[in-house]
Amino acid sequence: MSEFKITRRGLLQSTAAAGAVLAAPTIFSSKAFAAGYLNEPKGKTVTFGFNVPQTGAYADEGADELRAYQLAVEHINGEGDGGMLNTFSSKALKGNGINGKKVVYVTGDTQTKSDAARASAKRMIEKDGAIMITGGSSSGVAIAVQGLCQDAGVIFMAGLTHSNDTTGKDKRANGFRHFFNTEMTGSALAPVLKKNFGADRTAYHLTADYTWGWSQEGSIKKYTEQLGWKTAAAVRTPLGAGDFSQYITPVLNSGADVLVLNHYGRDMVNSLTQAVQFGLRDKQVNGKEFAIVVPLYSRLMAQGAGENVKGIFGSTNWHWSLQDEGSKAFVKSFGQKYGFPPSQAAHTTYCQAILYADACQRAGTFRPSGVGKALEGFKFDGLGNGPTEYRAEDHQCFKDVLVVKGKENPTSKFDVLEVVEVTPRAQVEYPASLLGGELGPYNDGK
Amino acid sequence: MDAILLQVLNGLDKGGAYALIALGLTIIFGTLGVVNFAHGALFMLGAFCAVAVKAVLNIQKVTIDPTQTTPWGAPMEIKQPYVEVWFGDYGTTILDFSVPVSILIAIPIMLMIGIAMERGLIRYFYKRPHAEQILVTFGLAIVLQEIVKSYFGANPIPQPAPDIANGMIDFGILVGFDAGNVVYPAWRFIYFLFSTAIIAAVFAFLQFTTFGMVVRAGMADRETVGLLGIDIDRRFTIVFGMAAVVAGLAGTMYTPILSPDYHMGMDFLVLSFVVVVVGGMGSLGGAVSAGFLLGILQSFASMNEVKAILPGIDQIIIYLIAVVVLLVRPRGLMGRRGVMEQ
Repeated sequence: MSEFKITRRGLLQSTAAAGAVLAAPTIFSSKAFAAGYLNEPKGKTVTFGFNVPQTGAYADEGADELRAYQLAVEHINGEGDGGMLNTFSSKALKGNGINGKKVVYVTGDTQTKSDAARASAKRMIEKDGAIMITGGSSSGVAIAVQGLCQDAGVIFMAGLTHSNDTTGKDKRANGFRHFFNTEMTGSALAPVLKKNFGADRTAYHLTADYTWGWSQEGSIKKYTEQLGWKTAAAVRTPLGAGDFSQYITPVLNSGADVLVLNHYGRDMVNSLTQAVQFGLRDKQVNGKEFAIVVPLYSRLMAQGAGENVKGIFGSTNWHWSLQDEGSKAFVKSFGQKYGFPPSQAAHTTYCQAILYADACQRAGTFRPSGVGKALEGFKFDGLGNGPTEYRAEDHQCFKDVLVVKGKENPTSKFDVLEVVEVTPRAQVEYPASLLGGELGPYNDGK
Repeated sequence: MDAILLQVLNGLDKGGAYALIALGLTIIFGTLGVVNFAHGALFMLGAFCAVAVKAVLNIQKVTIDPTQTTPWGAPMEIKQPYVEVWFGDYGTTILDFSVPVSILIAIPIMLMIGIAMERGLIRYFYKRPHAEQILVTFGLAIVLQEIVKSYFGANPIPQPAPDIANGMIDFGILVGFDAGNVVYPAWRFIYFLFSTAIIAAVFAFLQFTTFGMVVRAGMADRETVGLLGIDIDRRFTIVFGMAAVVAGLAGTMYTPILSPDYHMGMDFLVLSFVVVVVGGMGSLGGAVSAGFLLGILQSFASMNEVKAILPGIDQIIIYLIAVVVLLVRPRGLMGRRGVMEQ
């Protein structure tokens, strides 16, 4: 009969082996091994992070974005009238959530400041377990949050960001943009300006001094100079300057006959109002009627500027007066819920939420690389703006661009812009290499 | 030359706003010794008096037109302001003149706000260090602007000037230039005249009335005036209310120039403190002169010819002047000896 001896070495080895066997299930089900990507939803819900300006200069845009997000969540979860899900060409979403999980959401306040927006997004990713971040109302904020999402390993579905850099030199694999950009604005707007004001014009630019302003000034100069326009001066103005009169008075005797206001939000409301106060809209220079151009319009902003927008040209991503089935469905759904029509900010953020949800459903996963591949090169219709494509090379959506004009005889306080031209997508497309940058690899997070 | 004249004109309305806010700040500092960082919020509240008055005048009668529907399928609401329903064309004129009409409402409201602020909060900080006064008044400013934001939203709310004052004045003709070379918005010139009138009225009140004489005596020696049996505290409370009225009126009349938003007070506050420091803490004349001077210099610094030589000068000119003045003459251009020199 053999003797059973317990040695100290044997006891340690047995304990280690038993420990390893007992711990094995825990290790293999832990987040690090089983999930394989950050914030993989385990329960019956999946969390979206809506990061919008709830305070600051773009708070009204942010409020409209949040309304649209809430509507999108309702529709994805099968509540309400379904909105644009009824007209969306992809029929992957069935109104029972995404991949069998209902959508819930958390919100954050970007304050239209990059550092606050990053802090808010970080909190939603780390603390709330958001699988995707979306929103924003400034290119500076979008680029900052897009970089954060790339580093963290979640998808960023940009909201209102118009700078070329977002899908140009600062593009990232994890970032996608439905909104148009300044390159597209320039190529759509310039021919309309030529048609209305001629080819012999001298422009004076007032430009918000940050990434979006520089981008827009560059694009408008590029396309108008191609038409034969000259540029008298391009003056940078501080963001949130308030009173722009000191920048407008030099325009009066500059010899310029066009003023281009590369401003947005509160800055645009103030600069346009003051330009009109200084008589620029009614002025005659070089034997021509002076013209003011606001390259990027929003309905909320136009409402703020009141009667001053009358007759002034610009571009917009989408407008509630569009008569395609998707736009009509969205306006009906939004209007019935909130009592007023949606803004372009609301439209683009609603689309981003729907497009992300649809991509997850088609990919059958929430893994960022899987969702990204489902969005790359995705062609769709029925979300307003006609046939659209998420270009694979830079994650920029290409669709028709609207050229609008401040309405002379508005019928209501919402009816301030009229669409004067729908520029076909082919006219605003450009090679992906034009704006530089590298997407790099997807990051699924850890 | 015409460009220079334009920039001088351009500096006048901005300078008028700086001067009015700085005047109120100086009165409060001179009488109560309080550094009031909530003064910009009073300017903003004045602007929102105009917004509130217009909103009240614009309360609308709503009727449902069943023959028309909105794009989302709801019956169309037809809205018309009651003031137009009741008074016809006169009602339209009242609406058009809502900004000047607001002055009548802004005066009692700002006076009450000023008195409530002084009695309810500021008086507890008379003997506390300036740093504590700055902290508490700055906190109050934030509270006030957040209250305004929650009621009126964050976007600017346009307040047009009356149609009659929406045109341009051709100053060029007066000095021999061709017609149309030096034109300036009428309302901005009206604002300059208004600010000058208010400044003159405040000076006259302090200089030529018994009340003003007692206040000035109290500014010089508060204790002695108190020993004479005069309730100087009550007078100083009224002076605080007056300063609030001055800031409020500056804001009310400024609304056609800069659409009111909840943050506008903060934008003006910092500049106005620089104006006070440059003019000389406690000097009413200094505050007014520095207000106009800096307004005009800021306009000149924005000329392309100047910026071509000194890029970015338009954004730092005011602070640059403040640094130079503080280095060379710490009491400010017209300040009393001792203030800011210790």
